[in-house]
Amino acid sequence: MLERMTFRHGVHPPELKELTANVHIRRMPFPQEVVLPLRQHAGKPATCLVRPGDHVERGDKIGAADGWVSSPVHASATGRVTEVGLWPHPDGTYATAVRIAVEPYSAQAPRPRMIPRWEDLSPDGIVQAVRNAGVVGLGGAAFPTHVKLSPPKEQKIDVLVINGCECEPYLTTDHRSMAEYPERVHLGIRIMMRCLGVDRALIGVEQNKPDAIEALQATLPSDLDVRICPLTVKYPQGAEKMLITALLGRDVPTGKLPLHVGVVVQNAASVATIGEVFETGLPLIERIVTVTGHGVRRPSNLLVPVGTKIRDLLDACDGLADDAREIVFGGPMMGVPQANLDAPVIKGTTGVVVLTSADCKPTESWPCIRCGHCLDACPVFLNPQRLGSLARAERYEEMLMEEHLADCMLCGCCSYVCPSNIPLPQLFALAKAAVRKQRTAA
Amino acid sequence: MTTQQLLITASPHLASKDSTPKIMWSVAVSLVPVVVAATYFFGPSALLVTAAATAGALLVEKAFGPRRSLWDGSGAITGVLLGLTLPPGLPLWMAFVGGAFAIGFGKLIFGGLGQNVFNPALLGRAFLQAAFPVAMTTWPATNVGWGALRGDNLALPLMSASVPDAITGATPLGLMKFEGTGTATWPLMLGQTSGSLGETAGLVILVCGAYLAVRNYLNWRIPASILATVALLAGALHVIDPAQYAAPLFMVFSGGLVLGAMYMATDPVTSPITNVGCWVFGIGIGVLVVVIRVWGGLAEGVMYAILLMNALVPFINRATRPRVFGTSHSATGL
Repeated sequence: MLERMTFRHGVHPPELKELTANVHIRRMPFPQEVVLPLRQHAGKPATCLVRPGDHVERGDKIGAADGWVSSPVHASATGRVTEVGLWPHPDGTYATAVRIAVEPYSAQAPRPRMIPRWEDLSPDGIVQAVRNAGVVGLGGAAFPTHVKLSPPKEQKIDVLVINGCECEPYLTTDHRSMAEYPERVHLGIRIMMRCLGVDRALIGVEQNKPDAIEALQATLPSDLDVRICPLTVKYPQGAEKMLITALLGRDVPTGKLPLHVGVVVQNAASVATIGEVFETGLPLIERIVTVTGHGVRRPSNLLVPVGTKIRDLLDACDGLADDAREIVFGGPMMGVPQANLDAPVIKGTTGVVVLTSADCKPTESWPCIRCGHCLDACPVFLNPQRLGSLARAERYEEMLMEEHLADCMLCGCCSYVCPSNIPLPQLFALAKAAVRKQRTAA
Repeated sequence: MTTQQLLITASPHLASKDSTPKIMWSVAVSLVPVVVAATYFFGPSALLVTAAATAGALLVEKAFGPRRSLWDGSGAITGVLLGLTLPPGLPLWMAFVGGAFAIGFGKLIFGGLGQNVFNPALLGRAFLQAAFPVAMTTWPATNVGWGALRGDNLALPLMSASVPDAITGATPLGLMKFEGTGTATWPLMLGQTSGSLGETAGLVILVCGAYLAVRNYLNWRIPASILATVALLAGALHVIDPAQYAAPLFMVFSGGLVLGAMYMATDPVTSPITNVGCWVFGIGIGVLVVVIRVWGGLAEGVMYAILLMNALVPFINRATRPRVFGTSHSATGL
């Protein structure tokens, strides 16, 4: 196991983390307005509980979870609801959102303890508390954490894996969380282990974060079987399946979840959030966001209220550089480009990367020369070349049935190495959407 | 800046620095030493023939290719490579026609770059071999002055070329096959023999190809497996009967094997996409080369070996599909 602390294939993009790797997290001032979309997580959007004109305190629930795979939304600042309507969503669409005009001169003091102490709770009680706190995965996909904490009874879970890889270039959110709040990480691990009834936890951290590894090691609880595993720096080391292979040598079967091999994976910033929620008694209303890239004047790790607009974030970082060209939510490998500076930070926003013209890849692409570099890069051993030509021909059914389209996680390795600059993940995302549409129609 | 200027592109937003034109031009530039070596051995004829073949290729690419396809460098490679497979004394108009054929019928007719089944340069050579068999097998003697043309380069189209017997020689493979005489290894490796332009400077080609392999611009498994297979098979035969079968080093460095292994078989478009497939492809070429050279009616078999294996590439790709992560069998079970 020790000799296999990585996975096969993958790519080595420049890390570019030096911009913010050693920059302390700082709290940004409250903006004048926060906008909270009701869809901030995987699953059904929350249902709105407020109307324009309502006064809300910081931490009040403004959206209720709609079903089990859903998550509530809480006000991230004290103020007045001005509108409930469509607003630019960071995924590029418009979605229903609650606009809150932040009360000027408010102390923004939170209500006292809204989440009970974890020591007083049964495992099921902890799951409920986590759910009520609106905790979702902070690594990007924003999967509701309470669902992860309640695996089907017949499925034996024997190890909890904490994902501190942060393999996307530029981002340092998990890095700084682990380095500055190691106790919260360990508290979150303790709570998760209790919930899941597992007695072993592994923290996978890429070797390029020695200070985070050191901080975690120094605060390691003596009564828990928690091990910190330094991993090879390679993208996408932080993909769930790759991480499990690297740490445990278990391959998650195609179409299955980590829990089918007895593993629950949680991102480092998320587990720190669980610790924080029970420590402060506040629901998930703020998060750490890396604002970075050569296109921003003062790259920073910011603690921001959820719902802060891009333009306020950028102002807190002294604004855009003159040659800023593209603003990406998330890392540059899988992130979503932003067209509207009014789009807000949501729970799953790991970072905002501002690329300059020099950083951006060429917009021209050339015919595929079948060099095969994409096959050598794909961490799930697909044939992106063939998938790409099938996608161009709109032969989606073949992509799904013969070429394992469903196993593609759109990590972007294929396109990163493609000398012809073919937008393969985009073609695959389109194909996945087309297949989904066909299935729903049928 | 204003929001209107924001760029919106699909992820990933970073890309490695290699681009298809960069790879193509690197390959083209890596051929320069080979052309220089050919010029050293064969005088101005080498430059003239290569230039004529390249001109034919580029002209057709420009006239019938997609917009701007001239700049991706692939047409230039085809032209130069074709030139290097031709005899130094070939009339220039034939080389020109060959270049035009290579691009027109070897590449563009399939849909341009990335779509062709067969290596265009070799298809061009196969066409010339069929159309002008005599001119394509007329080899100059090595003992003429450097500045002299190595044949009737300037012959007019469709006039029969006059080839004085006095200046013709034979290739080492021809000597071996038809007269049973061998050639010493060192002159062979250094290029002091008769043959096509790019057939003779084996060592130069090896070095240039190695550079491309290090840059990952060609899949090293292909030349490695071709050369190893030929050496092993020839070695085995040589052990059985040294009098009848040539030594392995002779087999590797004679004819167009090194050029074919390094530059023709590695054409990404017409070689397998999987690494395992590249081994299969290379071994197949190696076996075919030895079979044709030893038991076939031709002295040289590299061209046909590669073209034959080109045709098998789709099957090789299908049969060597990687096992998808998290599955116990390959995608199709093949």
